[in-house]
Amino acid sequence: MNDNIVALPSEEKFQARIDAEEKIEPKDWMPEKYRQNLIRQISQHAHSEVIGEQPEGNWITRAPTLERKAILLAKVQDEAGHGLYLYSAAETLGITREEMIDRLHKGISKYASIFNYPSLTWADIGAIGWLVDSAAIVNQVSLQNTSYGPYARAMVRICKEESFHQRQGYNIMMVLMQGSEEQRAMAQDSLNRWWWPALMMFGPHDGESAHSAQSMKWKIKRRSNDDLRQQYVDQAVQQAHAIGLEIPDPDLKWNEDRGHYDFGEIDWDEFERVISGDGLCNRQRIAHHIKAHEDGAWVREAMAAYDSKRRARATDVA
Amino acid sequence: MSDHLQLYEVFIRSRRGLDHKHVGSLHADDPEQALEYARDVYTRRGEGVSIWVVASRDITASQESDCESFYDPLDDKPYRHAAMYELPEGVDSL
Repeated sequence: MNDNIVALPSEEKFQARIDAEEKIEPKDWMPEKYRQNLIRQISQHAHSEVIGEQPEGNWITRAPTLERKAILLAKVQDEAGHGLYLYSAAETLGITREEMIDRLHKGISKYASIFNYPSLTWADIGAIGWLVDSAAIVNQVSLQNTSYGPYARAMVRICKEESFHQRQGYNIMMVLMQGSEEQRAMAQDSLNRWWWPALMMFGPHDGESAHSAQSMKWKIKRRSNDDLRQQYVDQAVQQAHAIGLEIPDPDLKWNEDRGHYDFGEIDWDEFERVISGDGLCNRQRIAHHIKAHEDGAWVREAMAAYDSKRRARATDVA
Repeated sequence: MSDHLQLYEVFIRSRRGLDHKHVGSLHADDPEQALEYARDVYTRRGEGVSIWVVASRDITASQESDCESFYDPLDDKPYRHAAMYELPEGVDSL
């Protein structure tokens, strides 16, 4: 309320608040570019949670046991909830859910490119939970300190729920690696296909990331793409070796001086191709989302009709 | 109750970055007045940086007495907790 009365604070004042590690809250004055930058990032994050349900949902009916099926259902349900937390956080910036969905359908708004790869075998459900959710967690843990309050709070909630996701995925891989030769080969094949796309999840190198510098200054992003990727590689290599999996990278080597693993170069052409719409499943993912949205229209209409009737009845009684 | 002095619930954000927390309620004639009363009653010692007031009648609440059936479907799913999955030796960062 007071925001309308007090003269608009300057951009310097805004930056000073960020430099002092204070959070920005919905009714605060903020530069238009900060708002737009956040809407872009949070809505793409939300879309990723929701689109990510598709490769996993693909295996719900074919999970190998009833317990695995219940676990996978619970995980996919969590992802839908995470999408909701994030869409709600984005809505505090003055964009509607409908606008965000529309941008997704029109290809204006992107989502994590990894979900444009197909889930071909049961082991892929293990690889997604282990590799993809672990990568998401590394990123999201750093985002718990992002400068926008509602986004930071959504991240705290999401991180709490994510550890079950990566553990169930790792557990699928571990059990396969304790199985027959065929099962071990299936787990290794899955790692071979998901490893590089997982590394791409952290985005371009720091020097080439379009939004990075400004996002770091505004503390929307807290750690650089390469920094997060390195932490991820160090963790994942140890986890892979512990259950007998080999990382599909001939250049992977422990570097004593750095105290980190050195690893090979990502195929950036593939990254560009998939992010610009030409991956294996891009069209299918969006077409499915549009279909699900349109198929659900009658439910939304029925709820609206019920609400209007109830209001009309309440007015009659009064 | 007359049209006057409706009950309002008061929520305070004690510091930027934190959620608004319910702190109590008060009576007021309209939301603007409720906000000023809330300031006078609940933030005299700098307890908050932001206040929300919501008319109590606009809150839809779950019933304590229905707890069992309301939450029942959620109680038998231990696999939702990370602790159910044991990790092999030497893995500590999951």
